[in-house]
Amino acid sequence: MYTMGLDFGSTASKGVVLKDGKEIVCTAIITSGTGTSGPERVKEKLLTESNLLESDMEAVVVTGYGRMTYQGAKKQISELSCHAKGVHFLVPDVGTVIDIGGQDIKALLLDKNGNLSNFVMNDKCAAGTGRFLDVMAGVLETEVSMLGEISMMSKSPVNISSTCTVFAESEVISHLSAGVNKEDIIAGIHISVAGRVAALAKRVGIKDKVVMVGGVAKNIGVVKAMEDALGKNIEVPKLAQLTGALGAALFAFEALNK
Amino acid sequence: MAEENKITAMKMINGLLAKSYKEAWEAKEKGIPVGWSTSVFPQEIVECFGLPLLYPENQAAGVAAKKESLSLQEKAESRGYSIDLCAYARTNFGLLENGGSENLNMPKPDFVCCCNNICNEVIKWYESLARELNIPLIMIDAAYNNSGEVSQSRIDYFVEQFKEAANQLEKISGKKFDPKKLEEVMAISSENGKLWKESMSLSKDVYPAPMNGFDLFSYMAVIVCYRGKKETTEAFKLLISELKEHIKNGTTSNRCEEKYRIMMEGIPCWPYIGYKMKSFGKYGVNMTGSVYPHAWALVYEKNDLDGLARAYCSMFNNVDLNKMTDYRVNALKDGNCEGVFYHMNRSCKLMSFIQYQMAREVHEKTGLPYASFDGDQADPRAFSDAQFETRLQGLVEVMEHQKENGGKADDNN
Repeated sequence: MYTMGLDFGSTASKGVVLKDGKEIVCTAIITSGTGTSGPERVKEKLLTESNLLESDMEAVVVTGYGRMTYQGAKKQISELSCHAKGVHFLVPDVGTVIDIGGQDIKALLLDKNGNLSNFVMNDKCAAGTGRFLDVMAGVLETEVSMLGEISMMSKSPVNISSTCTVFAESEVISHLSAGVNKEDIIAGIHISVAGRVAALAKRVGIKDKVVMVGGVAKNIGVVKAMEDALGKNIEVPKLAQLTGALGAALFAFEALNK
Repeated sequence: MAEENKITAMKMINGLLAKSYKEAWEAKEKGIPVGWSTSVFPQEIVECFGLPLLYPENQAAGVAAKKESLSLQEKAESRGYSIDLCAYARTNFGLLENGGSENLNMPKPDFVCCCNNICNEVIKWYESLARELNIPLIMIDAAYNNSGEVSQSRIDYFVEQFKEAANQLEKISGKKFDPKKLEEVMAISSENGKLWKESMSLSKDVYPAPMNGFDLFSYMAVIVCYRGKKETTEAFKLLISELKEHIKNGTTSNRCEEKYRIMMEGIPCWPYIGYKMKSFGKYGVNMTGSVYPHAWALVYEKNDLDGLARAYCSMFNNVDLNKMTDYRVNALKDGNCEGVFYHMNRSCKLMSFIQYQMAREVHEKTGLPYASFDGDQADPRAFSDAQFETRLQGLVEVMEHQKENGGKADDNN
């Protein structure tokens, strides 16, 4: 029995096909989010790569920012519950999940069965999210995917005091024009992101194991800075960007068996 | 009588609200002084001089719900009023700047009445109005209660200012203060406070609740704007009889199925009130607890000025963190609530910034899940519907799981 989980985020569309609620058959990520061709493309990619038909899917659950506009799903479930579900599948002893997505940050507290018991999200401001790093990468003329690696070379990170994206950008420009090394600026940016996210996560409660997911979890610099800020080891699953879609596929399976 | 012509509490209350504005316009034409007042000012003293009062907070909420507030706020901002100021204040300054409002107009005031038991920014707001329009300001300073109960010295301080307000109003109205009239107004106002409190308590232990809690925000208008009037007594008596009838029949005026009962913290986002009600309906959520409408459940005994002072000083914004937490814990119990949804209201710093710690303490005492969303009472720029819905859905999913699990998380975290 196959189920599909789709996660249409603000900057990327993700999908997972699951067999019998246990085996991950196929995954796909398209770097275009809701409102673009991303949602259709990710679905097609999943079906092509898994060699399955849409009619083979017993149930589809959609999550993410674009969940309400997608037709043809059995259910729409919030990305909060889906991330909790997906992470618990990959890391059964997870306690706290930190998800940094394109335009929001979530800190989730899970009970021992992997159910969401409480959560905190960022306020309306998108400082500290993936979009914040995109803007900084732009100013630094660097690919966002390279930020983590470059920051690891830093010996003396700068202090970025502004949390606002616009003000932080102008701080970065001042550092650049003062001739500060890019790696030190990037490391400073990561520390500033980590400070903001750690404060949010502490509000919901830090419980072992701490797992980080979402696109930003691929940035080793942010993960290390988060470990320093929390004083805890952080586990990043291989499928960090796919845990929402995975959770959705698991919910789809559960819905069939209820 | 045909069903559509039946007088309902909602129709009666909407009629009274319209009447309060109409009376102020008529008074203005006759040359009777009209006042503007903060929402929890002791209006009893003004009412006993027979002077009409209008409430800029009510007007701002009304025009925000009609999507007019932003254009007025921009008028105020272009004069230099900071965007960080309360959106009710900006809407009000914008109203003056604009020379009126399309949707809900108020005549210019001849005097203003300010009590800071709800907020401290109102002092500067009303000082500014008084200075700009060159009119008298009646200011009642309610000392902040940082130690639980309202002390006698704070009550004495309030009562003396109340008496001074009478002196000011004698000059404004050209009439002598009449203690008998005050007694009458106090009796009506307190009766209305009691009836309002009763109407809000009727959802306790009743399933489904006899009304959609959001309706309180409509009913509330008269306890704010027409608190000292006999007509309000009649309207609330009718409301209570309607609710009791629903309870007797096991029915409700709520058009959505009630699957979850929550407490909403804070002032509603008036520009999105329809969207919010629709979202609540979609997830089967009813608001059976809220501290906000309780602000006007001002109860005291007849002729008891100290009691009146105590009631006005005990406003939920004028008390310390412990008391604020107690008010929420009680509202959650009284509404049989399963979760809390906090409005991080950018306008109201007083109610919002304390929320982080208050939410933690309420959670520790009740174990109930909670979420919060960003918004503003009257500035539509501070709200995002997608963010609102995700947080609401997340809260519903946690409540759903806890319900399946007998009301608790799977472990004690």
